[in-house]
Amino acid sequence: MKYVDEFRDPAKAKALISQINGLKEKLGIKDGAMPIQLMEFCGGHTHTIFRYGIEPMLPDWVEMIHGPGCPVCVLPMGRVDNCVELAERPEVIFTTFGDAMRVPGSKKSLLQAKADGADVRMTYSPMDALELAKRNPMREVIFFGLGFETTMPSTALTVIQAKNQGIKNFSLFCNHITTVPTIKAVLDSPDMRIDGFLAPGHVSMVVGERPFDFIADVYHKPIVITGFEPLDILQSIWMVLSQLAEKRCTVENQYARIVPPNGNPAALNAMAKVFELREFFEWRGLGSIDHSGVKMREEYQDFDAEVKFAVPLLKIADPKSCQCGEVVKGVLRPWECKIFGGACTPETPMGALMVSSEGACAAYYSFGDIPQLLAKREQQIKINIKDKSA
Amino acid sequence: MCLGIPGQIIEIIDEKLMQAKVDVAGIKRPVNIECIVDEQHPPQKCIGDWVLVHVGFAMSRIDADEAQRTLDLLQELEEYQEEVEAIKSSQKELET
Repeated sequence: MKYVDEFRDPAKAKALISQINGLKEKLGIKDGAMPIQLMEFCGGHTHTIFRYGIEPMLPDWVEMIHGPGCPVCVLPMGRVDNCVELAERPEVIFTTFGDAMRVPGSKKSLLQAKADGADVRMTYSPMDALELAKRNPMREVIFFGLGFETTMPSTALTVIQAKNQGIKNFSLFCNHITTVPTIKAVLDSPDMRIDGFLAPGHVSMVVGERPFDFIADVYHKPIVITGFEPLDILQSIWMVLSQLAEKRCTVENQYARIVPPNGNPAALNAMAKVFELREFFEWRGLGSIDHSGVKMREEYQDFDAEVKFAVPLLKIADPKSCQCGEVVKGVLRPWECKIFGGACTPETPMGALMVSSEGACAAYYSFGDIPQLLAKREQQIKINIKDKSA
Repeated sequence: MCLGIPGQIIEIIDEKLMQAKVDVAGIKRPVNIECIVDEQHPPQKCIGDWVLVHVGFAMSRIDADEAQRTLDLLQELEEYQEEVEAIKSSQKELET
């Protein structure tokens, strides 16, 4: 496929790896020292890293930390319960992106609700949901909108079209979240020791380069806006490490073929028209983060499912055994969590990061050597016990 | 959901609703083009454009020059790598 295949060439990957290896001396890396930690924020990047086996290609002094940027993974259980309740209303056709179907709520997932008879339909685009509303005027069609700034313009434009066309039986259950406050929450956490970031390419396509300036200016960490093919990821890792080697920190854009410096003005306009910031939003694994979500403005409340169906904001705690929070901050590796691969698997996820294929734990589970990882965990536990008793 | 896929605009379906038909990996489907049109790029001028499609919306016009620039750089690295390997293996030959 054009603009895809040429960014997957193994010979070029090898050349990039060699460039990365060549930086070891300049970075002053000593054998046996703590590795340099780089975080890819976006779940799409996590997926590419695992699918193409990028981690084993990297030298052992570079460690990738898989960030919280998977909107399906961080969806709190209370919100899933809200979805199930909405979907179980007899007049409702509940529509959503396929990724959201398997997320466990406190009682059931949308997939289970569908099996129990609720009218839940997977749609590729919010526009398809609007079309369903037009074709079913006697039913209430709700679109479950989630995602970062990447998907926000699409739901905003759909709501604007619903209003313009007077389609009254369509509404949006808005669960969109914002990138910058979330990266800030990661940066502010006391046990964080990340050295540099790969910025989400498709969020940047909408918001542009400038919203990430604070990472370089205030936190003095290099950050590179990154595309989604394996060569994009490797090139960006090389670019972040080069900044570290040259003791620079700035926002660089590896993904200029898609990301203009100022983002997409039409998309930003549509978002500003329909959405405003929430005081706070609850995340799975990370808790409540100020201004990290958006709700619909009053002018659009006829299309706001939260208002239309008086949705109660449920607060349901994550299972106690989950250590997703430590994993997204890079404090624990996915397989170091107590329940990884045991109580928590992609078939029966307990924690957020096991839910979607873009979640770090699900990626390790699907692509990693499970017996070997679990053996490594056992060994660590033994060492810890020894340390404590010594 | 968050991953885009490149597609090529093949016709404009409805200028008012900003709907175009886009060929995405051989599947032709309606796609909203509101985010990639402006005064310099009215809908009719978009036919033939390569765009990145997300959940039924064209979210970015793919910049062919920028794509080429990245590929050129990677090509240079690859050629450089080949040179380095050639030098290394030649040295090895001399030593044996």
